Amino acid sequence: MTRKRRRLTLALLALSALAVATALVLNAFQDSIVFFRSPSDVVERKVPAASRFRLGGLVEEGSVRRLDGEATTGGRRSAAVAFRVTDLKHSVEVRFTGILPDLFREGQGVVAEGRLGGDGVFEATEVLAKHDETYMPPEVADALKRAGRWQEEGPKSQGGGK
Amino acid sequence: MHRFANPSRFLRLGQAVLPWSAGLTVLLLAIGVPWALLVAPPDYQQGESVRIMYVHVPAAWMAMFVYTTVAAASASALIWRHPLGDLIARAASPVGAWFTVLTLVTGSLWGKPMWGAWWVWDARLTSVLVLLFLYLGHIALANAFEDAGRGEKAAAVLALVGFVNVPIIKWSVDWWNTLHQPASVARLGGPSIHPAMLWPLLVMGLAFTAFFVTLLLMRVRSEFLGRKLRALRLTQAAQGMAEAPAGAEVS
Repeated sequence: MTRKRRRLTLALLALSALAVATALVLNAFQDSIVFFRSPSDVVERKVPAASRFRLGGLVEEGSVRRLDGEATTGGRRSAAVAFRVTDLKHSVEVRFTGILPDLFREGQGVVAEGRLGGDGVFEATEVLAKHDETYMPPEVADALKRAGRWQEEGPKSQGGGK
Repeated sequence: MHRFANPSRFLRLGQAVLPWSAGLTVLLLAIGVPWALLVAPPDYQQGESVRIMYVHVPAAWMAMFVYTTVAAASASALIWRHPLGDLIARAASPVGAWFTVLTLVTGSLWGKPMWGAWWVWDARLTSVLVLLFLYLGHIALANAFEDAGRGEKAAAVLALVGFVNVPIIKWSVDWWNTLHQPASVARLGGPSIHPAMLWPLLVMGLAFTAFFVTLLLMRVRSEFLGRKLRALRLTQAAQGMAEAPAGAEVS
């Protein structure tokens, strides 16, 4: 075995050992690497109670309600709002007071950070919009909607329960 | 590969390619930038903010591609003692670091209006930040030793070890749920991005690649000349010492 050969074998062995080690570590930390939990996790009580976590999923159609009470945050008027976050299997009620991102709307993927109250309502302190991987001009989006093919060709369900 | 083991042959070839790659960079940017920023349509959800993508995505591709180049060059230096390996790794690393910075900054500028946050600690963003630290560590390590060869060897080992991060970046959005969206271009089932936006994006990607090739050729050349200069100075100094009469240093 020449020296080059030996160095090559050594490098390959070291790199594969490293790859296996990394895979094992990442696998072990699987639960902490996920950015958000799905409503199913919450309903199935996989999330430790009373701890802060992020809840991700789609804003359920027809679930957004303005609540009473207004506040001013950073010069912009923000109102209390309630909505349900769903992964199309289960859904969780969320309450939030603050500024919602521009992309926030019904059917949109969102990630809310906060904690679960005793009444099963998720009290969010921050709501982020999740954008999906679909990019298209507005005219194309309109045409798809008109043709009634939005669900098959349009955005797939975002976030939730992956 | 060993046809180019002779650095001066590689440099001659590089000098011949350089005007072409530089010209291609200018041409592609001249087409890609107006196409992306003016002609391409706004997005149905993101509006005009989508134009940040035409810089962000190519920069992110390059950040990973350049790291792969550094790792491959380091492997060739460590295993086959290829004389160009260390030069290429040293020349490419800062370029990759800047591409990573550009990725992080443009991503942040996009994230604030779209997500509602400048930064989140999800798997994709965190692994790209780790990539930046790997680049910085590589640059620092390569220059940390008096003896350039030792520094380059240590840096090469770091570059190879850090390569595990590249697949993690690529598939972070599939392995874990993240706030960052999954891949739009290189994905199963074809791109989920409309051709009117895909084409300018690809032109920008090629422009960034040509830009990197141009920079790399120039930087490898200057690294090589710098090394030659240091060697010349050392021989000169050694000769000077030999010629000086014994005991001249004690005065």
